[in-house]
Amino acid sequence: MNKVVANADEALHDIPDGAVLMLGGFGLSGIPENSIAALVRKGVKQLTCISNNAGVDDFGLGLLLKTRQIKKMLSSYVGENAEFERQLLSGELEVDLIPQGTLATRIQMAGMGIPAFFTPAGYGTEIAEGKEVREFNGKQYLMELALHADFAIIKAWKGDTMGNLVFRKTTRNFSTSMAKAGNITIVEVEQLVQPGELDPDQVHVPGIYVHRIFQGKDYEKRIERKTVKM
Amino acid sequence: MALDKYGIAKRIAQELQDGMYVNLGIGIPTLVSNYVPAGISIMLQSENGMLGMGPYPAEEDIDPDLINAGKETVTVLPGGCFFDSAESFGMIRAGKVNLTVLGAMEVADNGDIANWKIPGKMVKGMGGAMDLVAAAQNIIVAMMHTNPKGESKLLQQCSLPLTGVRCVKKIVSDLAVLAVTPLGFKLLERAPGVSVEEIKAKTAGRLVVEGEIPEMRI
Repeated sequence: MNKVVANADEALHDIPDGAVLMLGGFGLSGIPENSIAALVRKGVKQLTCISNNAGVDDFGLGLLLKTRQIKKMLSSYVGENAEFERQLLSGELEVDLIPQGTLATRIQMAGMGIPAFFTPAGYGTEIAEGKEVREFNGKQYLMELALHADFAIIKAWKGDTMGNLVFRKTTRNFSTSMAKAGNITIVEVEQLVQPGELDPDQVHVPGIYVHRIFQGKDYEKRIERKTVKM
Repeated sequence: MALDKYGIAKRIAQELQDGMYVNLGIGIPTLVSNYVPAGISIMLQSENGMLGMGPYPAEEDIDPDLINAGKETVTVLPGGCFFDSAESFGMIRAGKVNLTVLGAMEVADNGDIANWKIPGKMVKGMGGAMDLVAAAQNIIVAMMHTNPKGESKLLQQCSLPLTGVRCVKKIVSDLAVLAVTPLGFKLLERAPGVSVEEIKAKTAGRLVVEGEIPEMRI
C-alpha cells in the first residue's frame, strides 16, 4: 500500500471541470497552499468549492476566484475578499451561506455514513426556508443533509505514507472532517514520514480515509490578522 | 454618562462565574476577557477549535497555526486543548458552553436577534452565530442602545433578517442592563448618571420598569 504521489500536480491530475471540491482551513490557517497553486496551474473551471472561507484577494481560494475557476462556493463567512464581493454582486459567482456548525457537521456526517441530521441552528431564520422542521423535546430543529465532495483537499502537519495524519494547534478546523467526506481525499503535509514514525495514539485522521498524500513545500503560512500583546 | 465599549465589557465581566466555559464574539465581547474578576477562573472557547484561549502573543511567539475565530493570532493557556470544527460546534450544541457573549444589530423584546445581514448590502455570512444563538445555555448581547442615527436597536420586532429566535437572555448596552422576559425587556440597571426616562425614550420594544432601578457598579 503506497498512497504517496510526487507533488500537487500529480495528486490533482484527474480533477475535471465542474468537480465538487472540499478545501480545508479556517481563514488562511491550515489551507492546502500547494494544491491551490496547482489548481490554478491546471486551470480547471466551473468548480464548486466547499470551504469555510474564501481566502483573501491574493491568497488562498482568492487565487482561484481571481482566475474565475469557481462557479459556486459553500461557506459560512466570506467577508475578507473584495474580488469575491464583485463576482457575487455581478452574478458570476453563486454562494450558499451555511451556519458554521451546520457546515462542519454536514461534512462530518458524510464521513460517518449518516445522510441527514437535525440542528437548531437557523430555525426561524431565512436559511430554514424549504427545510423540514421537527420538534424534539419541545425544541424546533431543521433537517440538514450530509455534504459530500468528489475531492477533499486538505493540509496536515505530519502524515505517513499510509495516510495517517496529525495536525498542529488550530489547523484541524474543517480539515479532519473533510478528509473523511471526499470520494478521493488528497493530503499535502509539511512532513511526510514512514509508517511507525507517528505515535498511533496521537493520530487525528486514520489513513483509511486518505487516498493520496504528498510532501508539500515552500509554505508561506500567511497570517490574516496579526495581533500581538500590547 | 453612557458607557463606552470598555465599560460594557467590564459590566459583562461581572456575569462571569468560576468554572464557566465562555464563547466571546468579535468586537466588544472579546474585550470582556480583559476584565475577568479576581479569583475567578474561566475557559474561553474559540469555535475554530480551541479551549483555553489565551491573550495575543508576543511578537516572537506568533504562530500562523494558532488563531482564534476572528482569524487573529492568539496563544493557548496551560490546560487548553485543540479540536476540530465539528467537535467545537458539537460542544456548543450540546450545551457545554455555559455563556455566549455576542454583538447585535437588533434585538427584539421576545429575545430574537439579528446580527448577520443587511439586505442590499454585501452579505458576508453568519459564521458561527446561528449555531451559537440556537444552542448556548445563556446568551448575553453586548451592544449600543441606539444606532448612529439615534434609532433604538431594542425593538418590538427585528426589521433585519434574524440570526436566531427567542434566544437572547440579557442585554448590556451603553445605557442599561436588561433581561428578556415574557413581558418584554426588563430594566435591571442604569449606566451611571443615565436616567430611566432616557432609557425609556431610546427603547422601542416593550420595557418593564419596576421600582427603583439601581446604577451599574463599574
